[in-house]
Amino acid sequence: MNSSLAGRATARERSMTLRDYAIRYGFIILLVGLIAYFAIAADGFASPQSAVFIFQSVAITGVLALGVTATLVVGGFDLSIGSVATSAMMAASYAMVVLEQNAIVAVIACLVIGVIVGLINGWLIVYMRVPDLLATLGMMFLLLGLQRIPTEGRSIATGMTMPDGSVANGKFSEAFLALGRHRIDFFIPNLIPVSVVVLVVLALLIWFFLEYTRFGRMMYAVGSNERAAELAGAPVKAYKIWAYVISGVFASIGGILLAARLGRGDIASGNNLLLDAVAAALIGYAVLGAAKPNAFGTAVGAVFVGVLLQGLTMMNAPYYTQDFVKGAVLVVALVFTFALSGRGKR
Amino acid sequence: MGADAVFHVEGLRKSFGQNEVLGGISLELHAGEVTVLMGANGAGKSTLVKIISGVYARGAGTMRLAGDAFDPQTPAEAIRAGVVTVHQNINDGVVADLDVATNLTLDRLSGKGASMLFKPANIRAEAKAVADRMGLAIDLKARVSDLSLADRQMVAIARAMAHEPKVLILDEPTSSLSSAEADRLFSLIDRLRGHGVAILYISHRMSDIRRLADRIVSMRDGVISGVFDQKPLDYEGAVNAMLGRKIHLDRVVARSSASAVFTAEGLRIAHGAKPISMTLGAGEVVAITGLVGVGKTALAETLFGVRRPLAGAMQMDGKPYAPASAREAIAAGVFLVAKDRTESGIVAGFNIERNISLPFLKRMSSLGVMKKRAERLAARRQIDELGIVCRSEKDELSALSGGNQQKVMVARWMSQASRLFILDEPFQGVDISARRDIAAKLRASADGRATLIFVTEIDEALETADRILVMSEHTIVGEHRNADIDLDRLLAEVAGGPLHGVA
Repeated sequence: MNSSLAGRATARERSMTLRDYAIRYGFIILLVGLIAYFAIAADGFASPQSAVFIFQSVAITGVLALGVTATLVVGGFDLSIGSVATSAMMAASYAMVVLEQNAIVAVIACLVIGVIVGLINGWLIVYMRVPDLLATLGMMFLLLGLQRIPTEGRSIATGMTMPDGSVANGKFSEAFLALGRHRIDFFIPNLIPVSVVVLVVLALLIWFFLEYTRFGRMMYAVGSNERAAELAGAPVKAYKIWAYVISGVFASIGGILLAARLGRGDIASGNNLLLDAVAAALIGYAVLGAAKPNAFGTAVGAVFVGVLLQGLTMMNAPYYTQDFVKGAVLVVALVFTFALSGRGKR
Repeated sequence: MGADAVFHVEGLRKSFGQNEVLGGISLELHAGEVTVLMGANGAGKSTLVKIISGVYARGAGTMRLAGDAFDPQTPAEAIRAGVVTVHQNINDGVVADLDVATNLTLDRLSGKGASMLFKPANIRAEAKAVADRMGLAIDLKARVSDLSLADRQMVAIARAMAHEPKVLILDEPTSSLSSAEADRLFSLIDRLRGHGVAILYISHRMSDIRRLADRIVSMRDGVISGVFDQKPLDYEGAVNAMLGRKIHLDRVVARSSASAVFTAEGLRIAHGAKPISMTLGAGEVVAITGLVGVGKTALAETLFGVRRPLAGAMQMDGKPYAPASAREAIAAGVFLVAKDRTESGIVAGFNIERNISLPFLKRMSSLGVMKKRAERLAARRQIDELGIVCRSEKDELSALSGGNQQKVMVARWMSQASRLFILDEPFQGVDISARRDIAAKLRASADGRATLIFVTEIDEALETADRILVMSEHTIVGEHRNADIDLDRLLAEVAGGPLHGVA
């Protein structure tokens, strides 16, 4: 029985080889092909500056995508990340411009918002039994409204007139702006923006956390079979709530980077954050045939979207085609994950 | 009863792939009689019901309804011909968001000759006629989602009866009802019996069976293993035929234990149940056996902290033990291999190694970082010890056979030492060789802990345990040392004989 079983397994392996390869490396090959194509077709695409620009363009959505990956791992979802980020941006602006606080206070205020929103999301989902999509959708609307209340719907910038007629004289501190604008020398002077460093550090952190710590391992178990995890002694509710807190904090860090890049609290910004981040995380399912949410895949997914958009821009494709292309890529990635690998049915 | 059978099944066979599930079933149902069908899990009851109700096509054999050939291709055809099934899951039989009247007449809303328009007045009149015929005292305007489980069950049965069937099949209809609710169901069934309906009633609950049965048919391993229609009915014989006994039985040499590891005093796990007291000793393997639904899983979950007892106290090694969660139970050295591995054991996204280490991540990590080497070594050791057939510890569980998957589940909880090791139906969906491996391993490693297994099949208890406790009606009704066992008494206890009375 032993040998016949092994024999069958190898036979199946051989017959599945090509398909396995497609599932495993399909997306990486696609990414490399895409880069090669743009390098040939678009002048100046294959330069360090262009590479850095791509990373910078995906830094904020990448950070958000890494956060939402944590909720996907426990079998949840977080639709509120985009509005958490913009709320954090408005809070940072309000703290510095209106309340005339320094960069540290602004950053702490943002992180606190992220933690609180994550706790509320987790509480709604775990204890109030609201389905994750609905709970975070509700939170998204709530925050979209809330962030406009303090300024009665106005954007925040130095010199703005407040609702009571006074003028806000505070300004963004240099230290804070550096988070979005400073570039670090790396072989070429002024090459790498701080936001890219933040992205890379957070990506490494969450990757290590999910792959190498017992907490990450248990989060995957919770997402795959909640009851089995519970019977193995895991505090399932706590893990779920923590996942939303991670998501909230990452989204608020994204908001800090956004505020630092813009240098004002712009209520019209951040519209694409949610969809781009979710797309990156879901594309990540297809990377290396993981068929599950994972930090490495999410990072690759974010870069993939960045490369695509930068390439299209440099080839003078009109801006309005971008969402279409992003959507098409996402659909293809989901087909890779769920139809081809057949492991998607968890 | 001498009446001619209204429904005949002759030589029914069914295979799924290589696996023969029904090996020639012959059965007859008589008008105005309740025939109870008993069978353990996997005996083929549900396959039989699905063939009769038109869900599955049969492999071989004939079915006759009132003298005519009965050969339904779809469930709808079976219903039109007069064979109606009420399935175990009550909510399959009703639409929760509609009112009672619409539910009762639902089958007339579609199909040939149905009106395009929804006519509330007609519906209500028809529904009232159905309800009156059944003696159903439920507000027809009430939404089904507002009804109790018993009322929903009544509506589902009444809806089935609206077709005026000749044969009614009830698949474990009382499994989620309280005893008062079940009484209402029984009077409804009496009424239907009076109307001359032939009823096939599938159940494990001995109290239901005693209350209702005119005949009992026992099934085992895809064949009819006994038909009992002489009054008074031989209930023990029926249970015996259902559980059966194999000729080649590996008997164990029963050991006894001196030092107690676990004790329970006055433990009550269900309302109205008698309290449970027991002592489990170091080094012994104790089996608790009983039919499905007598509270075996409830007791297992109570010991493991997933459920709270209604009353009573437990002790581990002389110290009070009252776990509030699985986590606390594990910390106290109480491990549980839960019933139904797919549902509550296997993490599908994990390979063998990760499935084994799952409860012990803390012990296999330092400062939260997993020690992958320790994890791999623990998995390899368990693969060797239990003889898990696989290519490596990195195999996905979906690549393993059912027996090997179950071995991984047992391996998970044997990878660390326990004080009380509980296994709930560890041999379910497991082939005979894996079952022997697991049983042998349990016995060989039993020293230093108490081992408690919950099994429905008496054979499995006889093959594995030093001591056998019998459960019935959510309490323990008998105890046997597994040496020169009085099997007749054991079976009488399983069947819940009048010896012990009903609380």
